[in-house]
Amino acid sequence: MKFLTAIVLTALLSFISGLFLPWWGVAIVALAIAAMIHQKPGKAFLSGFLGVFLLWAGLAWWIDMKNNSVLSHKVAALLPLGGNSFAIIAVTGFIGGLVGGLAALSGSFLRASKTN
Amino acid sequence: MRIAPFAISAILTGGLVFALNKQWGAIPPMGKFLSPQQGFWQNAEPASKSFDAELKFPDLKGKAEVYFDERLVPHVFAEKDEDLYFIQGYLHAKFRLFQIDLQTKAAAGRASEIAGPKAINFDKEQRRLGMVYAAENAMKEIEKDEQSKALFTAYTNGINAYISSMKEADMPIEYKLLNIKPEKWSNLRTALLLKMMAKMLSSGTESDLAMTNAKAMFLPDELKKLYPQVPDSLVPIVPKGTAFDQPGIKPIPPATADSIYFSRKDIAMAREIDKPDPGNGSNNWVVAGSKTQSGVPILCNDPHLELSLPSIWYEMQLVTPTSNVYGVSLPGSPFVIIGFNDSIAWGVTNSQRDVKDYYEIKFKDKSKKEYWFNGAWTPTTQRVEEIKVKGGTTVFDTVSYTIFGPVMYDDSFQGAMNEGKGRNLAVRWTAHDPSNEGMAVYRLNRAKNYDEYVNAIKDFTCPGQNFVFASKSGDIAIWQQGRFPARWDRQGLYVMPGEDSSYMWQGFIPQPENPHAKNPERGFLQSANQRPADSTYPYFIPGSYITPRGITIENRLAAMSGITVNDMMALHGNYFNTLAEDARTVLLKYTKEGELNTNEKKYLELFRNWDLQASADSKGQTIYSLWRFALEDTIWGDDFAGLPNKEDWPETQTLFEYMLRDSAMKFADDIRTPAKETLYDMVTAAFKKAASQLSEREKTGLEWYRFNQPGVYHIMDKSKKDLLPFARAGLHVGGWGDIVNAIKGSHGPSWRMIVQMSSPTEAYGVYPGGQSGNPGSRFYDNYLDQWAEGKYNKLWFMRDGDRTDKNVKWVMKFKGE
Repeated sequence: MKFLTAIVLTALLSFISGLFLPWWGVAIVALAIAAMIHQKPGKAFLSGFLGVFLLWAGLAWWIDMKNNSVLSHKVAALLPLGGNSFAIIAVTGFIGGLVGGLAALSGSFLRASKTN
Repeated sequence: MRIAPFAISAILTGGLVFALNKQWGAIPPMGKFLSPQQGFWQNAEPASKSFDAELKFPDLKGKAEVYFDERLVPHVFAEKDEDLYFIQGYLHAKFRLFQIDLQTKAAAGRASEIAGPKAINFDKEQRRLGMVYAAENAMKEIEKDEQSKALFTAYTNGINAYISSMKEADMPIEYKLLNIKPEKWSNLRTALLLKMMAKMLSSGTESDLAMTNAKAMFLPDELKKLYPQVPDSLVPIVPKGTAFDQPGIKPIPPATADSIYFSRKDIAMAREIDKPDPGNGSNNWVVAGSKTQSGVPILCNDPHLELSLPSIWYEMQLVTPTSNVYGVSLPGSPFVIIGFNDSIAWGVTNSQRDVKDYYEIKFKDKSKKEYWFNGAWTPTTQRVEEIKVKGGTTVFDTVSYTIFGPVMYDDSFQGAMNEGKGRNLAVRWTAHDPSNEGMAVYRLNRAKNYDEYVNAIKDFTCPGQNFVFASKSGDIAIWQQGRFPARWDRQGLYVMPGEDSSYMWQGFIPQPENPHAKNPERGFLQSANQRPADSTYPYFIPGSYITPRGITIENRLAAMSGITVNDMMALHGNYFNTLAEDARTVLLKYTKEGELNTNEKKYLELFRNWDLQASADSKGQTIYSLWRFALEDTIWGDDFAGLPNKEDWPETQTLFEYMLRDSAMKFADDIRTPAKETLYDMVTAAFKKAASQLSEREKTGLEWYRFNQPGVYHIMDKSKKDLLPFARAGLHVGGWGDIVNAIKGSHGPSWRMIVQMSSPTEAYGVYPGGQSGNPGSRFYDNYLDQWAEGKYNKLWFMRDGDRTDKNVKWVMKFKGE
């Protein structure tokens, strides 16, 4: 339950942070959620990762669908990811997820260091 | 004790965020760039995006509406002129911000701020050419006149209103890739953009540095043959036989011209880095009602420029209660540059006239603070140019200004030549002179008849343009307009002495004497970058003229009657190779067929039976082109060893005319061999060389488009390979610079327009791009296929009563406060 709550909250608050803060707001959100909802480091990492991954990949997929993949093809060819829209959506999610996961890991250690 | 793991993971997180927020060489900050809420995904425009908006800006004086049609062409209805241009600026910024920011930075010699150290020499050259100096002079003119100042300022305010209201997430994707931010607009930047056009069209039309070197290698009468002023086959803009007035000014050559100018044999030792393509040409023509099926004039224009995405043009209609004009605008400057209004239509081609000369300066010492002029040491004015460099240290460059203009080349800068004895060359260029071309265009947008058209353009100074004209009342006309120096014979073909005033320009050709024609008996007028008049024109007018296209157009128009819009579309797309028609006879005459093998004979037969079309799939055009390149190498390679840049060699036209005229052409002999070669030897050798190249390429195909490689590249991708996903390469079209449909690589018809002066006006147009500069928009390159197929959009000349018409897709409402 904690795991799911952490994922959902990370995604939701990351989205809100994106309206006001630079992109790295997701790191603050993931860290804060992990510090508040205490989980083992491994689970915290995974929930932070999945929270941001789902948000970023989900948003990218939604935008891409409405755009008929016009831009994702081009950027995926540039990066280079062979012009594959799914690849760039996955990379987007992964990069966001990695930041979220590492931040959540830190949050989990922060909570642990406080309580111990 | 989890402090250590916390510290480690926190440092890792911080490090990752830092790394993903930073630009690594050409790699954008990936976190920032990939973020779906801020990065490039925000540029992925929904296909169903609405452009409806209600906007309020305190600068606006009244109400205004913008009606977008389904092609995203804005039809702007404003109550006041200022509001009209405010909105034009706003729309240019909204749809083309990166382009105008990049172009004006490059114009000002600030490319290094974006591209880094590799652009330093480009920037130095821009500064030393006096681009900013020229723009400052233009801005003084713009702001001198109250109305002009108000209109240009409104335009600037419109651009800035968009920039201020733009969220970072909405920045064009190029800024996100480069990790930079847009800069605020100013009237100076508009002036810089216009000077960019002046450079593009009037800076590459002289070859003084190369010709100075050629003068050291050839005798005066040889030079006249190699670089003739009037080609044998010229069909001028002003119909042959037109009588010219006695010249209002008769420039006198200085007494020393023969002794120290024409006979001096020294090398210029400098070379341009960014010389504009002298093929920046265009076609325009107009046919009178007597030659059309509808009985009203039809006007056509296709300006040839470096093609880019986003396009250099932005289509729009600008309406106030007293004016109504439709056409293409140049993002970065107000008004409609090529188009039509309720009463007239106009188009432009480049005059190709030489309006830029070099003078050799003698400085007193290395400080360059004084130079010798008219028997005295005279102070220079020095400008210290500060060139900021992305990822490098700022470069300072001091430029000395003389009575002629800035000293472009000196011991600290020789352009593309790294070594040299450091001759000091000052540049005299009409683009430096105070002028306000913008207001000429403003008046042209509002002109109602021939007299108002002539009056509108008469102050247009630089770049000199051929303004073709048609009116609803049935008049057709053309004026070559610009401010052109009145030169004595061969003045300014080579670097001139600058130690006194005797070699300076003695004046300008009086404006009414500029070549022009109105309502000729034959019922049509045309221009295609050829020499404007035949040898009876009473002035010496050098330039980099292009002859063949004008001949093709003239021949077609002369033969046509009952002309329709469809006929004009076909002429825009015409691939007939006029030059090759003459060349084929000469080439075949000098080919020693007995010396050819079977394979070579096969190519010769293809060439002999070629339909003379330079179309996409033509093999004849490929054979012809390779043959002529090889021939130029064979004929000129030895004689021009001292002039290694092939663009400095005689025109292809000149070569064929020479061969036609003189079978014993002396340059045929290869001076590096003891044998005495003839044209027969050279033409045959060149054909064999071409044939071996053809054999090599046979496998992949000999279709012309495989060689011409037509494509449209992103505006910042000078390499034509770094941003290919934003480009459209490998187009299946034909063409060449001397063909009417002048597609040559990434260069060609940047806008095709046909206007039939009927009631209501019937107009068609297309450009190789789209209204949006955003690669993530479906409007980025949506006209490109149409353009390649020679198809047009019907231009909707919207009326006040059409505000609720079904063609209106989106409405943007503007209000003051």
